[in-house]
Amino acid sequence: MKKFGGEVLFLDRSDINTDEIIPAKYLTEVKKEALAPYLLEDLNLEGFDPAGKWRGKARVVVTRDNFGCGSSREHAPWALEVNDITCVIASSYARIFRQNVFNCGMMAIELPQEEIEKIFTLADSEQVTCEIDLDNKKLLFSSADKKIESPFALSGFDEALVKAGGWVEFADAKY
Amino acid sequence: MGKTITEKIFAAHLVDQPFEGTNVLSLDVVMCHEITTPIAIADLEWRKKDRVFDPKKIKAVIDHVTPSKDSKSAMQAKIIRDWAHRHSIKDFFDVGANGVCHALFPEKGFIRPGYTVIMGDSHTCTHGAFGAFAAGVGTTDLEVGILKGVCAFRQPKSIKVTIEGTVPESVYAKDIILHIINQLTVNGATDHVIEFSGPVVESFDMEQRMTLCNMAIEAGGTSGLCMPDRVTAQYLWPFISEDYDNDIESAVEDFKKWHSDPDAQYTKELTIDVSELQPVVTVGYKPDQVKNVKEISDQKIDQVYIGSCTNGRISDLREAAAVTKGKKLAFGVRGIVSPATPDIYRQAMKEGLIDIFMEAGYCVANPTCGACLGMSTGVLAEGEVCVSTTNRNFNGRMGKGGMVHLASPSTAAASGIKGHLTDPRDVV
Repeated sequence: MKKFGGEVLFLDRSDINTDEIIPAKYLTEVKKEALAPYLLEDLNLEGFDPAGKWRGKARVVVTRDNFGCGSSREHAPWALEVNDITCVIASSYARIFRQNVFNCGMMAIELPQEEIEKIFTLADSEQVTCEIDLDNKKLLFSSADKKIESPFALSGFDEALVKAGGWVEFADAKY
Repeated sequence: MGKTITEKIFAAHLVDQPFEGTNVLSLDVVMCHEITTPIAIADLEWRKKDRVFDPKKIKAVIDHVTPSKDSKSAMQAKIIRDWAHRHSIKDFFDVGANGVCHALFPEKGFIRPGYTVIMGDSHTCTHGAFGAFAAGVGTTDLEVGILKGVCAFRQPKSIKVTIEGTVPESVYAKDIILHIINQLTVNGATDHVIEFSGPVVESFDMEQRMTLCNMAIEAGGTSGLCMPDRVTAQYLWPFISEDYDNDIESAVEDFKKWHSDPDAQYTKELTIDVSELQPVVTVGYKPDQVKNVKEISDQKIDQVYIGSCTNGRISDLREAAAVTKGKKLAFGVRGIVSPATPDIYRQAMKEGLIDIFMEAGYCVANPTCGACLGMSTGVLAEGEVCVSTTNRNFNGRMGKGGMVHLASPSTAAASGIKGHLTDPRDVV
């Protein structure tokens, strides 16, 4: 099973698409590791610096609605994965991206918009971390002066994929 | 209670429900291209599981970057080519025979009503035009599909879009689907199948239906679907006539088993009357941002692109050529036309369409997905504007810093002649 939790990168926009997560010109790579430097290179978000200090430190992404819309490219979750970002938290996802994340044994946690709004109140803090308690289905966000606890749900299938380390192992054992 | 076509297809293909709400379905076709498949192949080799569940049910093509443009794309092509040969995948389409997957595979007759289809490509929903459940997936789902012939999906929900009225002159399936995405929004159909029905859809040929279904994903839809009927049977007839003893009526009758029941349940129903619709284009970076062309006709353009899995078919080229005939591209505008398959290319030559485009100053490219996603053959420079018959206008999609306006072939061609976004009715 992968490791989850750590420093949070906030991406305050809805409809962040897979072209923005990893541009198509890098899809000729056949090794996931080669994607690492290009994560979020074309993200259209005011004030966002793809080479910012989040790079190498962020382990969790918190964002808004419909994250990962567009292309089916699993390069999008892989680009996160090879940067050690194994968990995304959003109010909703595009279907293919969401499935790709769990298929890689990573997590795409969906929270209600009000809960996401609450977590975004921490976004201006110097450093925010997120602890993920998979057994009790709880997220604990901490900044220097504030803590927020958010319960989350995972379907039986999604949890099985996370625990199996992805869909290939699960499917090959079962079908 | 009645069932939707999607519920019927799911029930007919159900292998397992390992958890509540998770349906593992058997697959009739697994489609592959050279961008998302090579990593699946490499991973299967690494896991010592370099097998395929059924070489006859796997179809593969090199289409996104072809012929190869550099060493990396050459290696991707080599990996899928060697794999197809190694596993005796007969339906593999390489340079000279290759075309844009979602145009080529239907043309070859690989799709049937009631089928389950996956591909590592989000526009796989195009194949829903034949009354199949066809969904885009990532590389891991593709890998399991290749190895085991199964894929997992959540319980399907459906949105019914009924299209009625009279389609006005110079308004096409592309204008209609852009209008629908504008109504549904970019995530209005997430985890849903969009069923397109009503008299306008019934009157559409398969190419127009494919254009509608192709863009279901732009509203977040798992797939788009049309009910299979006589039009479907006629398109597929060269491939299915023996199955039905040369009696097309029995095929049409048989296809009815895949129709949604009248009392099927939908999450949402939307009725669109197209009678007053005008030619439209997208503005901004999301496919649901749509305006009538007339409202934004002062926008200058640098490039026209006619092609792709949305609008690179023969009817699209005819539409664009009808507007272009006897005219020239405006000074400073580059025109690129990429017929979506070799057969479409040949047909366009026979009909004199290629001549019309070349006379107007177009570059005629080989069949490829290249420019649509900024991978090859027509990438934009920073600050450039393209009117395109493709399906996505995301920031940077056709090249970093470029702006893409999605439009019908007719609107794209008219804009090329005028040098700015143009309602095709304004080109005489």
